[in-house]
Amino acid sequence: MLRVRVRVRQDFLLGVAGVLLAFAICEVVSRAGIVRRTYLPPASEVLARAVELAGDSAFLDGVGATLRAWALGLGLACAIAVPVGLLLGSVPVVDAASRAVVEFLRPLPSVALIPLVSLLLGSGTETEVVLVMYASVWPILFNTVYGLGETESLAKDTLRAFGFGRLAVLLRVELPATAPFIAAGVRISAAVALILAVATEILAGFGEGLGIFIAQAGLATDGTRDVLAGVVWAGALGLVVNAVLVRIERGLFPWTPEHRERKR
Amino acid sequence: MLELRKLSQWYGDHAVLSDLTLKVPDGELLCVVGPSGCGKSTLLRTIAGLLPAAEGEVTIDGTPVTGVPDGLAVVFQDYGRSLFPWLSVRENVALPLRRRGLPRAERRAEAERILDRVGLSGAARRHPWQLSGGMQQRVAIARALVCRPSLLLMDEPFGSLDAQTREDLEDLLLQVHRNDDTTIVFVTHDIDESVYLGDRVIALSPGPGSRVVLDLPVRLPGERDQIGTRGLPEFVELRAEVGRTVRTPADPSGLSGPPGA
Repeated sequence: MLRVRVRVRQDFLLGVAGVLLAFAICEVVSRAGIVRRTYLPPASEVLARAVELAGDSAFLDGVGATLRAWALGLGLACAIAVPVGLLLGSVPVVDAASRAVVEFLRPLPSVALIPLVSLLLGSGTETEVVLVMYASVWPILFNTVYGLGETESLAKDTLRAFGFGRLAVLLRVELPATAPFIAAGVRISAAVALILAVATEILAGFGEGLGIFIAQAGLATDGTRDVLAGVVWAGALGLVVNAVLVRIERGLFPWTPEHRERKR
Repeated sequence: MLELRKLSQWYGDHAVLSDLTLKVPDGELLCVVGPSGCGKSTLLRTIAGLLPAAEGEVTIDGTPVTGVPDGLAVVFQDYGRSLFPWLSVRENVALPLRRRGLPRAERRAEAERILDRVGLSGAARRHPWQLSGGMQQRVAIARALVCRPSLLLMDEPFGSLDAQTREDLEDLLLQVHRNDDTTIVFVTHDIDESVYLGDRVIALSPGPGSRVVLDLPVRLPGERDQIGTRGLPEFVELRAEVGRTVRTPADPSGLSGPPGA
């Protein structure tokens, strides 16, 4: 236990060191004039601007709009992917019938669909939500199917031997056993969804959102600092979302091997 | 009365059990021994209705077993995989009671009662993965007993436990058997254990196509204890008899058959 704690602490310190080093390199490259300052402002200026934006209510409204589209798309993706995954994973006929379609759709890069969906739905929130949802469906869907396949057959037999039927096995064994996989899928999708939300906004170029802020700053003269400050915000949002989801998973699924150690 | 008539099971085109016929009277504790790969687990899964019989039939009180029969409980060797880690010990034990539509409070009380009986009342709120192997198997046994099964199937339940825990659980099982009059089919590869526990011991021949090669009533005093009983001359003799049968296969050609199943 002590050793684990020492290792966690070491990892944390190394992480901090890495961030500081990257920060220092950006700062030096810009200040030494290796790259023109208008292309790459010093990291400290970018960071200062990012902090300043936290007090800018118009900017915060934009971030709020992005997060709303992100949450709505991700929520819809969960509502679709989990039931469909349970169906595909537990009824082999449906799985076989849909495999070809799924394998065709899956490798399509979601970002490439932005122009198409914009054409169909216009470049508003609907487009953004639809694209976020489309991209988020896959990791959740595949993790659900995979998790079902990994369910302990002995656990299923145990419940059957007590006289429970197919539906009870699905709800009482397969679903809880698959839940950690589904949660990991949601966490992966959360990052993908953020990419799609911001990317859709950048390509749309007008309206309200973090991506819009970045796109419009890119058009302004000397806008690089604002562009990068927006990017810092996007990265920070991703980091926070990931940390929150990891924490939730740890609380909900203490029995999984990777969380077990700290609860014993 | 549990009856198996000319039961055969196949794994691909490899016979696991062939023409197995067996009668288990109500309230008997029958031990099934045999070398690994002789189809002991297949036999149990067939009786449990988890695996349909390929040929022949299994009946309970004359009714053919087509699905999982009523009043059945099973304890598997691998407690780690058969307990549900997302449920507490008490929830695990209370789960089978849901099928009987008992209200929550009663399920809880029943679970507490049975946990007390297996000496785990202190662990009710913990989770299976927080317990030692012996305690986990106690939970699995408690879960099997909570519905007062009329037929209890046990598949090498003590196989992976240390000697002390194993002896404790053997005595616990004997006590349950005496009190509840449950019919128990107990599969083991441990000859000593089969004689110590059983009212009767049967041995299966090595696969493929296992049959009953020994059917031996155990005439030992009903009240058994780990030191005394194992020292009785009758015990030593019975153990030797089972041992000879299991170690010298009736059909030596069986040894060249494929392993597994």
